[in-house]
Amino acid sequence: MPLLEVENLRVAFHTRNGIVRAVNDVSFSLEKGGTLGVVGESGSGKSVTGYAMMGLIPQPPGRIEGGRAIFGGVDLLHASKAELNAIRGRKIAMIFQDPMTSLNPFMRVGDQIMEPLRIHGKITSDAARKKALDALAEVGVQDPSARLLAYPHELSGGMRQRVMIAMALITNPALLIADEPTTALDVTVQAQVLELIRKMQQNHGTAVIFITHDLGVVSGFCDQVQVMYAGRIVESASVSDIFERPLHPYNRALQKSIPAFQPKGRDLYTIPGAPPDLSRPIAGCSFAPRCEFATDACRKGDLTLTEVAPAHGTSCRRVQRGEITLD
Amino acid sequence: MTVDSTLPAPAIVEVEPGHSLWQDAWARLRKNRLAVASGVLLLVMACACLIGPIFSQDYAEQNLSTYATPPSAEHWLGTDTAGRDLLSRILIGGRVSFSVGLCATAVALLIGVTYGTIAGFYGGRVDMVMMRIVDIIYAFPFTIFVILLMSLFGRNFLLLFAAIGAVEWLTMARIVRGQVLTLRRMEFIEAAIATGVPRRRIILRHLIPNVLGPIIVYTTLTIPAIMLLEAFLSFLGLGVPPPMASWGVLIDDGRKVMEEFWWLITFPGLALSLTLFALNFLGDGLRDALDPKASKD
Repeated sequence: MPLLEVENLRVAFHTRNGIVRAVNDVSFSLEKGGTLGVVGESGSGKSVTGYAMMGLIPQPPGRIEGGRAIFGGVDLLHASKAELNAIRGRKIAMIFQDPMTSLNPFMRVGDQIMEPLRIHGKITSDAARKKALDALAEVGVQDPSARLLAYPHELSGGMRQRVMIAMALITNPALLIADEPTTALDVTVQAQVLELIRKMQQNHGTAVIFITHDLGVVSGFCDQVQVMYAGRIVESASVSDIFERPLHPYNRALQKSIPAFQPKGRDLYTIPGAPPDLSRPIAGCSFAPRCEFATDACRKGDLTLTEVAPAHGTSCRRVQRGEITLD
Repeated sequence: MTVDSTLPAPAIVEVEPGHSLWQDAWARLRKNRLAVASGVLLLVMACACLIGPIFSQDYAEQNLSTYATPPSAEHWLGTDTAGRDLLSRILIGGRVSFSVGLCATAVALLIGVTYGTIAGFYGGRVDMVMMRIVDIIYAFPFTIFVILLMSLFGRNFLLLFAAIGAVEWLTMARIVRGQVLTLRRMEFIEAAIATGVPRRRIILRHLIPNVLGPIIVYTTLTIPAIMLLEAFLSFLGLGVPPPMASWGVLIDDGRKVMEEFWWLITFPGLALSLTLFALNFLGDGLRDALDPKASKD
């Protein structure tokens, strides 16, 4: 039985400008200790998917329109506040994009790291402090005893992200949801933080959902990858398949846009057009208007994520029917 | 750095337990001389007003033989146009001004902060309804409201608190609500939710400390405003009834005769100004002390 099983997750935001269908029929599962990369551009629904797991969708305007997310026998989407609070921070932890704003500026670092311990079960303050020190040392914070007394503004961005990781993993959760944890950091610090998450994952056997827009980050980190576009999973495969045998035009276009993969001196490849407005109904494939392979048939009917190779799904009907091959 | 191996786990010993935000703030506040001086001054004033009237001369007894005498050895701050000792009247008036200022502010704080936090935190429809109620009360003419209360229930000290408190919390609620609304979307609040921190604890430990700065600044502005409001109500004849006095009443009385008897406006005015100055300095100091970012100098 997988650690987390998400079926047909649908999330919509009821705004003044209409209903924005942010996540549509997203299904995936994650095994114990596995790593899943969720890749997509801004507005693709990747973060909303993660937020929905944690009960962080502001309601209203957001609404979970359907689906299930089974974790340890509990449906995270329909659990009560008390049930969720018993899971959040203890069995599932989350780290956020911006380390500058994800720590409370009025609380000492030590108090924040210890907070999950204090909430989830009785622990003496000495024991909590000891654990916090160990956690800080483990994430490579120098002089942890002094850092416990520091306020967040006294730490650098990379240091704060380390603190966040220490805080997320202090209760030894089974699942870590990392929402673009390296996006706001310097490139050098990015590598360190990635390395750290990987190390922590190996030490503690934590499963990780890694939400990012950076394919490069995914390639070095995840076992499984799913590419999202306009609130849907368009391709889902192992990391090697995603890169070596792309089966969706969007994934292929994304990879063509990575500067490092292109010859020097040439103009960078860009995908023409812009992502669709999710508050309008989309007929057929949402990527069709920007797709070089699109035909009129692509703009009609429903899409399904279908496996065309072992454990390799795509939502592109032309690929499914074998009409086109992507290299 | 050398490590003394005889000390077991030195790292743990170094960490002082129970260093709360308040203890930190107190330590920082003590270093701010102006704030400390203001605090001491306020304390002395408050004590004088509390204990002083027991020892001083009768504030109510009229005596025509001492009609408006300038400051002297017998009447340190002189006497008023009814021959009453001004010092005793300032002290007894201070009781009224301080208690109105503090009590009404406390009421405004309590209602305003709770109301604003709830509206901002829950947002959406709750916020919408709650803030429209505030708008409606805001639109209600305050003076008429007080006159109505006073004429219905008579001149009552408690009623005065209630009336002023009922108006002053509105602005506080708006300020707090605005702050909470922005904080609510900050990632550290989401992080706290994602950690399973219960709502109550999020509000008390994560939200309120972050809005303390604006709350304190606004409070230090509210106390003087309320003292002046009380003076205004007394001027309309809706405040404390004579022979009872408040600083507002004394200043107003003094204003009428200030061309002949300078001390009648100078000393009550001085008492009020000093208090307001001290309150502002103390408020400033408190705000800085409560902000961890301002601590490193």
